[in-house]
Amino acid sequence: MTTTAAPATGERTAGKNDPGAAPRRRRSGRLRRIGLPYLLLLPALLLELLVHLVPMIIGIVVSFRELTQFYIRDWATSPWAGFDNYAVSVDFDAPVGEALLRSFLITCLFTVLSVGLCWLLGTAAAVFMQETFRGRGFLRTLFLVPYALPVYAAVITWAFMFQRDNGIINHVIHDQLGLTDSPPFWLLGDNSFVTLLVVSVWKGWPFAFLIMMAGLQNIPRDIYEAAALDGAGVWQQIRRITLPSLRPVNQVLVLVLFLWTFNDFNTPFVLFGKSAPAAADLISIHIYQSSFQTWNFGTGSAMSVLLLLFLLVVTGLYLLLTSRGKKASDG
Amino acid sequence: MRRIRAAAVGTVTLSLVLTAAACGGGTSGAGGSNDQPKTLTYWASNQGASLEVDKKVLQPELDKFEKETGIKVKLEVVPWGDLLNRILTATTSGQGPDVLNIGNTWSASLQASGALLPWDAKNFDAIGGRDRFVESALGSTGVEGKDPAAVPLYSMAYALYYNKKMFADAGIKQPPATWDELVTTGKKLSKDGKWALGAEGSNLSNNIHQIFVLGKQHGADFFTPDGKPDFTSDGAVAAVKQYVDLMAKDKIIAPGNAEYAQNQSLSDFAKNKTAMVLWQTAAATFKSQGMDESEWGVVPAPVQSGKPGQGTGTNSMVAGINMAVFENTKNVDGAKKFVKFMTSDEEQILLNKAYGSIPPVKSAQEDEAFSTFALSPLREALATSAAALPQVPEESQFETVVGTAVKDLFADAAAGRPVTTESVKAKLEKAQQQMPKK
Repeated sequence: MTTTAAPATGERTAGKNDPGAAPRRRRSGRLRRIGLPYLLLLPALLLELLVHLVPMIIGIVVSFRELTQFYIRDWATSPWAGFDNYAVSVDFDAPVGEALLRSFLITCLFTVLSVGLCWLLGTAAAVFMQETFRGRGFLRTLFLVPYALPVYAAVITWAFMFQRDNGIINHVIHDQLGLTDSPPFWLLGDNSFVTLLVVSVWKGWPFAFLIMMAGLQNIPRDIYEAAALDGAGVWQQIRRITLPSLRPVNQVLVLVLFLWTFNDFNTPFVLFGKSAPAAADLISIHIYQSSFQTWNFGTGSAMSVLLLLFLLVVTGLYLLLTSRGKKASDG
Repeated sequence: MRRIRAAAVGTVTLSLVLTAAACGGGTSGAGGSNDQPKTLTYWASNQGASLEVDKKVLQPELDKFEKETGIKVKLEVVPWGDLLNRILTATTSGQGPDVLNIGNTWSASLQASGALLPWDAKNFDAIGGRDRFVESALGSTGVEGKDPAAVPLYSMAYALYYNKKMFADAGIKQPPATWDELVTTGKKLSKDGKWALGAEGSNLSNNIHQIFVLGKQHGADFFTPDGKPDFTSDGAVAAVKQYVDLMAKDKIIAPGNAEYAQNQSLSDFAKNKTAMVLWQTAAATFKSQGMDESEWGVVPAPVQSGKPGQGTGTNSMVAGINMAVFENTKNVDGAKKFVKFMTSDEEQILLNKAYGSIPPVKSAQEDEAFSTFALSPLREALATSAAALPQVPEESQFETVVGTAVKDLFADAAAGRPVTTESVKAKLEKAQQQMPKK
């Protein structure tokens, strides 16, 4: 308040010497103060509207319509379906709802495992890389390779490696090490879940590593030195200094990893193609199939909206809990 | 601050989630116009060994067309996996090509969307008349009783390809003509790491083609006469079970084929790992894989063993590519001229020769290039024993849900899980319930 008051007084003084000029200047100053941020935000806001909000709103509208191949040419003429699409999606006794529920549960399990492993690997590697040793720079670059590679190229390479008859993975575990009686399938059946998890963690953990490394570098070294002087061991230092100091970084990291993993479409799509095996039927690909493969855009949109609501609730709860936890620890 | 962060997170979540549901609305035209008479955009489906091969085959012909008519055709070759989604997007946005290729099994589904120019008598007259085309090919251009949504361009049919050396080594003199013979022969061939028959268990369309033919042989159509899904009839269940049993019970298809979807079974055939494949026009692929024409033979695809009254003699689906015009083209006359050019005798002979397919145009089919040992069984099948897939608007959904059911059953068979009449029926029942309600 004091800072804004000072120039105002200045303006008033100037006004005494030059009557008439002051109100104009004051007006343009206020305009600049109020208008400029909006003006600067405008292009981003417009683009955001265009790229995100418009399709989102259309998606919500479509979820209340019966949109099939008969109406896709002019979707606005498709019949109003009310809550029918939602009713079909949550009728867990019928095949559509049952498949959605199954896919949702698989996605939850997959997300928990993938985010957990990414976090664990990323944190461990970041802590490990705090020490200076020969080859650290090389290792750090190597760790970031999966993050830098284009997703499609990387995942398709994994798909080749996981092929039953010609893939290198079976070549090693079956042909060379003789660990299995017959070469297992990795892209079909129950194993496909493990395949998806391996690729997802491989792809996701370098991001956790990167963020954790940045977080670790912000912790002053002297706290560790002081703790060491007081007799704290490495494990105690990690538990009492590193992890609490990384709390804000972790909060964002886990949330972002959760959202990315829950919605990951590229990995299952490139690994398994248009119809994923039942064990690896993630919700994003399930919705894609409901919309674009069976041309049932109304039901697909309803499923998307349900997913959105779920993620909003989870995100809200998460933010609530983590900020409450923070307050408690601050107090 | 917290509120801002929550709002930001909310926005990110929203945008991440709803992209899948997004789907733009377009304006609908009515019959096209002639606003841009000098240019055309053409989406060709990928027919050759690669997109580049297609460009090499098509570009000289497009140049020829430009010389004749002054209309420049902008060519884009679209890979198979993308084509249907590209067409859907073009349909919703209204921003499509002027002329395009479609898989002939999608004709009725795309016809229902109203995005394609109907080929009424007047339009057919503009390209030389409906009579120029073979009847079986016209059978897959849209729902019966409606004006076709497309015009046949390339025709194909299924036949049984067999490896002569593998047959000779196993002491087999005759390629099989019935399914029973195929299984008996197959058991002799499946040994020492070699297998009798190739399959593409994860390729949904291929699964549909195979079980459709078997369904016909068991008297099942997969749709009722009034167009409702009928996936669980006894004939349909028997057809699916018979196909999957070739791996599960008869053990003449390698379990690894359950994950094939990229024509790997053709490579196995060319590498003498598999003795037979049921395929449509495979000659060019065998050649590109280094297999000489003298190494393989081709006979009509099998039918059921001779129990009269069990089913019809269908042994192939009518496979092929159709050519369609987008309804809101800005060069409707030019588009029709282009379709006329592409379906002319000269172009039909040239293009079908290049792609190893058969012209759906009667007069072009007479050319001796299509009477070779490789193409004769296919031509014969198209003329006498091939049937078009159900011409219903839900055909593309049928391909997805039933194709996936067969894929899942192959996965069961490969993993050694039992495939029973009940498990087949349960999978088909689920598939049927996934179909959109009318």
